[in-house]
Order: sequence, then structure tokens, then C-alpha cells
Amino acid sequence: MVLLQISEPGQSPEPHQRRRAVGIDLGTTNSLVATVRSGTPETLPDNEDRHLLPSVVHYEADQNISIGYEALEWAGRDALNTLISVKRFMGRGTTDIKTLGDQLPYQFVSGESGMPSFRTSAGDISPVAASAEILRALVERAESALDGPLDGAVITVPAYFDEAQRQATKDAATLAGVKVLRLLSEPTAAAVAYGLDQGGEGVIAVYDLGGGTFDISLLRLSRGVFEVLATGGDSALGGDDFDRAIAQWCCEQAGLGSDLDPQQQRQLMSAARQAKEALAEQESVAMDVLGWQGSLDRHTLNTLVDPLIDKTLRACRRSLRDAELDSDEIDAVVMVGGSTRMLRVRERVEETFKREPLVNIDPDRVVAIGAALQADVLVGNKPGDEMLLLDVIPLSLGLETMGGLMEKIIHRNTTIPVAKAQDFTTFKDGQTAMAIHVLQGERELVSDCRSLARFELRGIPPMVAGAAKIRVKFQVDADGLLNVSAKELTSGVEAHVEVKPSYGLNDKEVTRMLRESYTHARDDMQLRALREQQVEADRLYEDLSAALAQDGKVLLNEKEYHCLEVALDDLRNVRESSNHREIARHIETVSKTSEDFAARRMDASIKKALAGHSLDEIDKGL
Amino acid sequence: MAITMTQAAEQHITRHLAHRGHGIGIRLGVKTTGCSGLSYVLEFVDDQQPEDTVFDCGDAKLFVDPKSLAYLDGTELDFVKEGLNEGFQFNNPNVKEECGCGESFHI
Repeated sequence: MVLLQISEPGQSPEPHQRRRAVGIDLGTTNSLVATVRSGTPETLPDNEDRHLLPSVVHYEADQNISIGYEALEWAGRDALNTLISVKRFMGRGTTDIKTLGDQLPYQFVSGESGMPSFRTSAGDISPVAASAEILRALVERAESALDGPLDGAVITVPAYFDEAQRQATKDAATLAGVKVLRLLSEPTAAAVAYGLDQGGEGVIAVYDLGGGTFDISLLRLSRGVFEVLATGGDSALGGDDFDRAIAQWCCEQAGLGSDLDPQQQRQLMSAARQAKEALAEQESVAMDVLGWQGSLDRHTLNTLVDPLIDKTLRACRRSLRDAELDSDEIDAVVMVGGSTRMLRVRERVEETFKREPLVNIDPDRVVAIGAALQADVLVGNKPGDEMLLLDVIPLSLGLETMGGLMEKIIHRNTTIPVAKAQDFTTFKDGQTAMAIHVLQGERELVSDCRSLARFELRGIPPMVAGAAKIRVKFQVDADGLLNVSAKELTSGVEAHVEVKPSYGLNDKEVTRMLRESYTHARDDMQLRALREQQVEADRLYEDLSAALAQDGKVLLNEKEYHCLEVALDDLRNVRESSNHREIARHIETVSKTSEDFAARRMDASIKKALAGHSLDEIDKGL
Repeated sequence: MAITMTQAAEQHITRHLAHRGHGIGIRLGVKTTGCSGLSYVLEFVDDQQPEDTVFDCGDAKLFVDPKSLAYLDGTELDFVKEGLNEGFQFNNPNVKEECGCGESFHI
């Protein structure tokens, strides 16, 4: 028996035409799935009424896979085969993994395209495959709650996720058999859950304090477009650290040493967490753990956690500086993550941003709820004019041109989806291939940008330099994924690449790259000018040398020939200098000196073309 | 001529209306489509139509147009949970046969 949902006026679906769409928060520690029923977005619980699904997958040798709470139980007994926090490895290269910390219990092996895999007793498992298991569990839950197959899902990713990490997330969805309607950044989803996208314009701060990570994102909303102004945070700071601080205090109070066994430590941590949660409701709480009895009040709690909160607020102020904003320019503050339930956190955030934070949606579920609202619109369950939410690309995309320069094709903060094309040409006579090097970043020199992909366009018909017309097209889809194609327009030869880079950047690196592009703006400008002049000098040198070798002896007298040779040598020497004005001046001189030679060559070639033809023939030819 | 609803249905309608933030009640109706001829309409109401019959069921108002009322007389609107699935169900005494899924029906 089908169960009906309430629709908007005039929007009742035809029988069997109901569209099922969900939002998925694929988190580091926990994941959630949400949907909109009868106009109300809600997260979907499992059979035991638990909404959160721990992002944990356990593999057994017999291919038996368990996910969520069941998998979590294995963590202590079978750590090597229990994959936790796989999100941290999505789209990362083997070299990145090393920097993620040596304390990881896993054995890594290099997988396809340089992405590392976990060695488990069920074989080598990539982070993408493990994420797909988590997604599959959520999709199954949603399909049984919505009584039918899903039409699509919106999956959230951190704002700082780059192309590789987004692509890895999308691959995981494909593997799980769910259609991705769109990838949405987590802070954007949280803002959508509060309906801030309906509010017109403004700057929104999203403060996301989870169990083990802290993220701050500053978004600017204008005309339905969310632009990420700055991101920051600490990938090793969260609610668990608060619990640890309380546990530490208990130890001191009870006179316990640091020689607790793991069992005792777990008891202590869980007592600490319970006390922390109780203090959200009451002024003081009685504690009874490991034979110690005492009480913890709010004041003491605050002094214990303040240093940790201070750390998050420093990151907030840093992000404000990056975005060149004052705290009073923030129009709304959204709280995300279970640890923002702590009253002290809310107080301090309010102080910092001088604005009462939004807290009435469950901070664990707010991201999934925003994603569900977006999915509902994208699948067509809402009248079309309500919301067309767009994201922007975080770093410029472009390609390498002569002289090792980065030519930007799509600029940072361009709204997606977007397609842009630019025409390029060959540099040398008879050039039949062109290497295309796709880059991401804000700097002028290729070496300062991030290399995303390389490919070659072959089969260009041999032509003189500058005659071939090669159109390079960059396309970024709604999920922020890049496709680059190159086509030679006279012959139609074509090549393209989908960017699936083998390693990723984290938020710090994105921020670093942006900051460097600001601090080095002047140097970069100079360097660009220099490289441009060098490329021009090289071109002139090549052309003129070739011309001299061909016709120089015939068309020039000895003095003229010598004069040009000297000018060319000069040019070659000056080219190595770092003064672009000087190079430009020499290019000018050489061009002027060779003007006469060029004119004579022109005359000679016309004479040659006309020789042996009557005037009549030429008239007809015209 | 009467239409009623269960307490569970009333509770959920009140909740959804509150979340939506506007609207004066719920429209129950019937339209002629689907594999067995007729299908149900369940929508929020922002404006009452002059020909609507209005049923007060506790906190929630039900609006039914005269044509639909002929098919729906005696119906009880219920809210049910089946495993993880949940939603509204029309208990309509007039129905002779339904398509397998119950999304459309015959009188």
C-alpha cells in the first residue's frame, strides 16, 4: 500500500510519478541521510531509530562487510580491517597519506592512479570503495523509508574539497549505484537548512565543531549564489578534546596517575562526556567514576574548555582577516556539529561574531537537512522558481603557455556550471603536436600552481607558426568537476581529458595558495612580464635566424648582414637578463633594424611568384 | 457527507503546516488519471475556493471540492508507519478496486 505525502498546491504528482530524492551528509565520523516528506525535511532513522550512521566499515576475509554501529564494535578487536575516517583519505595521493599521521594503524598500498588503498583481509580496499559501502547503507535505508528506488541524491563535501576529492566522492556514489544530483558544500547546505538562501544577500559564518574536526567557513550570498570567501579550521580539534580535558581534570581531582588501562580510560572518557552533556541542562553534575566521587559545575567546565574554544575562535578571526571582513559585517552565524550544543561554545561564538548564532536545527543533522532541501528542488518536487543554488570554483583553472606561464581560463569564484573556450596557436613552423598542461591556482608561474592533468593534441597539420587555430575548452559541471578538450579548427583533430587528479589539497593548502597569490602579486606580475618578453625575444630570434640563413647572403650586403647578426647576438644575451623593459627595448631595436630586410624579402617573394606569368594571367587571377 | 481523520493524521498535518509557516489547511481530492482511473490529491491550502466544503478536525481544516466529495464521502484520512516508511493513507469505503500499489483506484 502506498503512503501519500502532502504536496504544494497544484503539485500533486501523477500516480507512480513520485520522485524520491535524498540529501546525504557523508561525514568523517558519522553520516546521515535526509529527505523531504510533506514539505518537511527530516533525517531518516534506521530500524532501531538511530539517525546517525558511524562512518565505519569492517571487512572480513570471507567478504562479509559490516557498516556503522556493527562495524564500530570491531574497531577495538580488529583495527586493521576496520576502516574509520576514510573521508580523510578521499582523493589523496600516497604522499599525502604520509603527512596525515603515522599513528594510523592501516597498511597502505599504492592503488590505481596513485591513490592509496587499505590492505585488509578482504583484499585491497580503496577509500572510494569504503565510502561507497557507507553510501549504499544510507541509500538502502532511504529506499525502504521512501518505498522505492531513489531518483537521485545531493551529497555534501567540505568547502575546501578540491577536484580530486570531489571526483572521488562522486565515484563512490557511482559505485554505490546512486545518481548524484549535485555535490554541495557542507557550509552551504547548513545555510540552506536555515533558509538563508531565501534571504537575499549577506555574509554567513558557518561554525562547524564536530567530534574530531573544526571548520569555519565564511560565505557570501548574492542573487542565489553562495561564494566561499574563506575557510579555515583545525583537522585535529573537536568534542573529543573537550572530553579529554574533563577526564584530565577528574584524574587530578581523584589523584589518579596516568597509568590507567584502556578499559579505565574508556570509562573515564565516557563519564567526562556524560558530565559535559548534562551541563548543557543543569548548573552542576555529580560524577562517580573509578571510585572517585565529586561534582563538576559549569564554571569549572568553562575554565577547562576555554583554551580549546579560544583555538577555534583564533581560526575564526584568521578567516575574517583572509576575507577582509570585520566581525560586525557577518549577517548570520550557523552552528553545525554536536559540540556546538555546549552553551559555552555558543556564548563565545556570539561574543566573537557579535551575533546570536542559529541553533534551532539539530547541529548533527543540519547539513543533511540542507542537502535534502536542495535534492527536493533538483529532482523537481518543488515549483521551479524557488531556488537555484549555485556554487563557485575555489581556485582558478587554466593551462600552461610558453615561458612556463599559467594562463587562466576560468577564474576563481566563477559560478558553476560553466564552459569557457580560448584559442591558442602553434609556436614553431611545422609543429604537429601540442602539449596541454591543466593547472589550478592563482599564481602566474606554472611551478607555483598545482598540476591537474596533462594531455597531447596530435595530428595538427604542419603549418607555419601561428597559423593553426587550437580551441581549448574548459568545462566545469555543477559538481565542480573539470573536463578539458582541445580541437584544431582547420583539421578538426581533437583530444580531451577528464580531470581525475591523483592527489589532493587540503583546506590549509588552498588558503596558502590564495594567500601567496596576494603576497606575491607584484613579483608575479614582474615575472609574467619578463617571461612574456623572453618568449617574444625567442620567437624573433628564431624567425630572423631562419630568414638570415635562407636569404641573408643574397638580399643583404656584408655590412647589413653583420649589423643584423650583432643585433641578434645582443638580443640573445639580453634575453637572459631579468629586466623585461630592457628585453622589450632590444626586441624593438632588432625589429626596426630588420625592417628593411623584411621588405626586401617580401619584394623578392612577390617577384618570384610573378615571374613567368603575363599581366593578363594575373588580372584573371584577381 | 463527511470526511474524518485519525489523531495521528491530525498531528502530522499540524506539524507540517507549522513547519511550512503558512497555509490554512489541507486539500483532499480526486483526479482522473492513473492506471486504474482515479488518484488522490493531498495538498497544502493557501486559499479557500468558494465551492469547497470545509471539515474541521481538531486543529486541522480539510478542504474538499464538490466533485471529489462524491468519491470521498465516508473517507478517513490516516497517518501510518510501515517499517521505515511513513505517510498518509485514505481509508475510502467507496473504492471497488485498486491498482497493485494503491496509488490509483476505481469506484
